Amino acid sequence: MQDYIIAGLVSSAIAFFVVFGLVPSLIKSLNKKNWAVKDVNRIGGAMVPRPGGPVILVGIIVSEISLYFLLPQQINTRGLVALLITTSIAFVVGFIDDRRVMSGWFKPLALMGAAIPIIALGAYEPNLAFPLFGEVKIPALYLGLILFMIPITGNTINSIDVMNGIASGFVMIASFSLAIVLFILQNYTVAIMTLPIAFASLAFYRYHKFPARIFPGDSGALVLGAAYGTIAIIGRVEVIAAIALLPAIINSFLFLSSVKRIVEHRQVKGPTIHTDDHKITTTKESNAPITLVRLIVASKPLTEKEIGFTIFRLAIFSGILAIITAIISGVQIWPSS
Amino acid sequence: MAQLLIFAFIGIMWVLILAGGGILVTLVSKISISGYGDHLDFFIASIIKAVIALVLVVFWVLVLTKLKNKIFQKQIRA
Repeated sequence: MQDYIIAGLVSSAIAFFVVFGLVPSLIKSLNKKNWAVKDVNRIGGAMVPRPGGPVILVGIIVSEISLYFLLPQQINTRGLVALLITTSIAFVVGFIDDRRVMSGWFKPLALMGAAIPIIALGAYEPNLAFPLFGEVKIPALYLGLILFMIPITGNTINSIDVMNGIASGFVMIASFSLAIVLFILQNYTVAIMTLPIAFASLAFYRYHKFPARIFPGDSGALVLGAAYGTIAIIGRVEVIAAIALLPAIINSFLFLSSVKRIVEHRQVKGPTIHTDDHKITTTKESNAPITLVRLIVASKPLTEKEIGFTIFRLAIFSGILAIITAIISGVQIWPSS
Repeated sequence: MAQLLIFAFIGIMWVLILAGGGILVTLVSKISISGYGDHLDFFIASIIKAVIALVLVVFWVLVLTKLKNKIFQKQIRA
């Protein structure tokens, strides 16, 4: 246990300080290249550098590799390699989308490709665990599930990246919840592999929170989403990981059920508008998509900061539901097949 | 009020996920086919399980859509 504690502390510190230390240099470099986008919710519309994805990727990769040396006997090498490759491919997909506006189908299809290393390396168990009821053996179906899981987690995190600090803060809360879940289920190695995602998100949040000094971009959001999805697969906690992501899943569900097609968010009408005192409120456009933020501001206009904290409260609530699910997983009311 | 409804919606989704898992484990995973040879039996049973799982997912989405319309009716109209 002492090995795990030391490895967890060291890899978490590496993830945090790599991201925390490199972001200022990245901001300077992006500003020099004029790689910046308008922050539409800021008074005056300040230009904010983007993407922060490269630093998030480096933070996660360096800290995950450190685990290989800190826990040489215990580490799941195939899982670790799958995590590194899948996350790196997701970064490339996101970076292409950061630089060029691609069609709505580009990211889901390309992220399916990012899931292939998990299958090729055999870094999964083809049994889907359902809390309370046990496991189902679905060897063929599970391959399809892997191909869908990475695009879903990647795009779900990307779709919630709508305001300052939300994507990084949300992933931080969901990843800490997932790490606790894995500790409860005594899957200590994968629990420790989850911590770098949480601490990289925490360090990035420092610069991404309102008023943001950098945006993660599609590359940053997809890195965080793909890493989270890969951990869910190699940790065999797919269902519980989905529970911790419920607010983001609801956001995607509301968007898709109102737009009724897969489309880039840039291509649809904005679901919210600004009031005179620069708060955010719901739009009067009847054909604008319904999103989580639109529902949050439905009863009264809120500031960007207030909306962020509301989404974090929802994330904490889902995280608690995920932890409760892990605790009751020990209670099996039906023998597994 | 709208924010409380979102918490309630998350709670309902959680229950639906647990219940959906229960249906898959207790009913769908028990399906087996015999009489066509070992490989074909397994293949046919897998296809039937996959189709039922997909139908359940579609049903789950329809239930959620109905619930969403009911719970957030006021907000959506606004």
